[in-house]
Amino acid sequence: MGLLNEIFIEPFILIADIPDLFIQTLWEGFVSGILYALIALGFVLIFKASGVFNFAQGIMVVFAALALVSLHTKFGVPAWIALILAVAIMGLLAMGIERIVLRPLVGQPDAILLMATIGLTLFLQGAGETIFGGEPQSMITEELGLPTGATDWHVLGGRVTFQHLDVAAIIIAGLMVAGLALFFSKTRIGRALRAVADDHQAALSVGISLNQIWVIVWFAAGIVALVTGIMWGARSDVSFALEVIALKALAVLILGGFTSIPGAIVGGLIIGIGEKVFEVYWGGIFGGGVEAWFAYVLALIFLLFRPQGLFGEKIIERV
Amino acid sequence: MFYREAGQFKTSYKADQAIFPILQDRVGLGLIIVAALLVPLFGSDFLINSFMIPFLIFALASIGLNILTGYCGQLSLGTGAFMGVGAYSCYKLATIFPDVNILIHILLSGFFAAGIGCVFGLPSLRIKGLYLAITTLAAQFFLEWCFIRIPWLYNYNDSGAIEVPTRTLLSVPITGPSATPSVRYYVILAMIIGLTWIASNIIRGRIGRSWMMIRDMDIAAELMGIKPLNAKLSAFAVSSYFCGVAGALMVFMWLGAAEVESFSINVSFQVLFMVIIGGMGSLIGCFLGAAFIFGLPIFVRALPEMMGLAVNASTVDHISRMVIGALIIFFLIVEPHGFARLWQIVKEKLRNWPFPYG
Repeated sequence: MGLLNEIFIEPFILIADIPDLFIQTLWEGFVSGILYALIALGFVLIFKASGVFNFAQGIMVVFAALALVSLHTKFGVPAWIALILAVAIMGLLAMGIERIVLRPLVGQPDAILLMATIGLTLFLQGAGETIFGGEPQSMITEELGLPTGATDWHVLGGRVTFQHLDVAAIIIAGLMVAGLALFFSKTRIGRALRAVADDHQAALSVGISLNQIWVIVWFAAGIVALVTGIMWGARSDVSFALEVIALKALAVLILGGFTSIPGAIVGGLIIGIGEKVFEVYWGGIFGGGVEAWFAYVLALIFLLFRPQGLFGEKIIERV
Repeated sequence: MFYREAGQFKTSYKADQAIFPILQDRVGLGLIIVAALLVPLFGSDFLINSFMIPFLIFALASIGLNILTGYCGQLSLGTGAFMGVGAYSCYKLATIFPDVNILIHILLSGFFAAGIGCVFGLPSLRIKGLYLAITTLAAQFFLEWCFIRIPWLYNYNDSGAIEVPTRTLLSVPITGPSATPSVRYYVILAMIIGLTWIASNIIRGRIGRSWMMIRDMDIAAELMGIKPLNAKLSAFAVSSYFCGVAGALMVFMWLGAAEVESFSINVSFQVLFMVIIGGMGSLIGCFLGAAFIFGLPIFVRALPEMMGLAVNASTVDHISRMVIGALIIFFLIVEPHGFARLWQIVKEKLRNWPFPYG
């Protein structure tokens, strides 16, 4: 009885009693959900175009952010030039990955490609630590012109705090997704990308260069990683611990489906909000710390009912 | 010339079904086992403790994962957690029944891992491929959380770690601080040989064949009368059993004490690397892969010292990670089917040698 009470009654009483805490929790969940969605977006971009499950997306986020910060603090490059250089580094990285890793592995089974990206993860981790140092660094928020500070919103007899940085993060993420959507639907390269995502061979036969498309896609994923890294780094520190958090984006992918960009966003928001609310209101029953597994267990239960994800394509198999 | 089965006639079904039908293979295996037995006589404690013992334990874990991934085609990223289940249940068994021999506990602890493995294997009935790999991450993180949050598992220790008590076999200490590396090595070697033999027979038998049918094409296997439920869950159970025993061995025979970090996702990846680099669907590959993945960092770290360069430890660590990542990619590109394929090619060449074609 006591347990049922704790599960079904007390959390809701708490929600009704302190509504501002609930709104604050929702907001925090929303912001971290956006960040999960951004990482998942990087996965989806690459998976759609090349069928590679890019495990290295998490480390790319760290790598990009570390490159940006180190260029500014260690090498004394002005913030904006450092940003441009970081973009250039991600471009070079994309080219290198395509040329050295992906091209020789075309047509291998999924598991091999997955392993290759895990090898890439190790490599980037080692390279990042060697070049930029392994210790956590703080993001150059002010130098990049990102707003700091917070606004309080008095509501329902309490107050909810909005960090300006979070608001900016959401606006930038929205702009970037809109930009990507435009790029995919309106430009020539975008059409080629969609063609490749649809069918590799058909795309090849109408003269689309797969190699070129893969470089572009990895570059796009690199830019998404950079933006994610800046925002996440601004909320906490830029460190290799981010990589573990990035694994949560995998659960997001399951919810949203591997090939759907709207799915990645919706899935990210569900996981982000879900885990915060669950941690605050139901976490006590399990002794806390449920954030570590909530996303995966939710994804697992979800998969039992809808194996292809929210927006994924239904796979029909024939013998 | 000397590796050729010509003239070796099989005169009974028993001889035809032997694990090693070729005489030279039997001799070779005998030599390897003798060499393995001789290692403690000639090798240092360092070699045994930091390479041979973990190599054998990880080889066992790779056999476990290879059964699931290589033979049954179900990708799993939860190996580390299943090893943890084995270790923690062995620890609990050893505390609850202190009089029973520790080896029995280690072998029994695998069954707990098998049970948990079955539970987390249930989604495999509906989900395939990469989606399944990610759901096994749920097992990984959920079990890791359990190891921290359920104090009963580590006997309400303040440190949250499990520490191995000293236990004896024939009044020789085989676990705990007083056991010598050589004794532990021999115990592990005996267990690994036995378990590998069991694994190879399971794989050759009816169950193993049903796994391979599921791997090659599940719908066709189902049409031919294989129940996916039985095949997949038995693969999860057997695989987790081996992983669980490996985990128990790891803590009781190698580490001596363990925390949650010993069973983290990195261990899962490490074992998966061993399976892929070694060769999916090959037992010999498990040993080769384990030796490579476990030996490589030791080698890379020792290299600057051997060349007389003075580099500080953290730089070596970073660079070695980079080198290992690059080498893994290199091997995937050069030989995606792993060392097992190279081994086969060598055997094929030996058979024809000194002629270029057979």
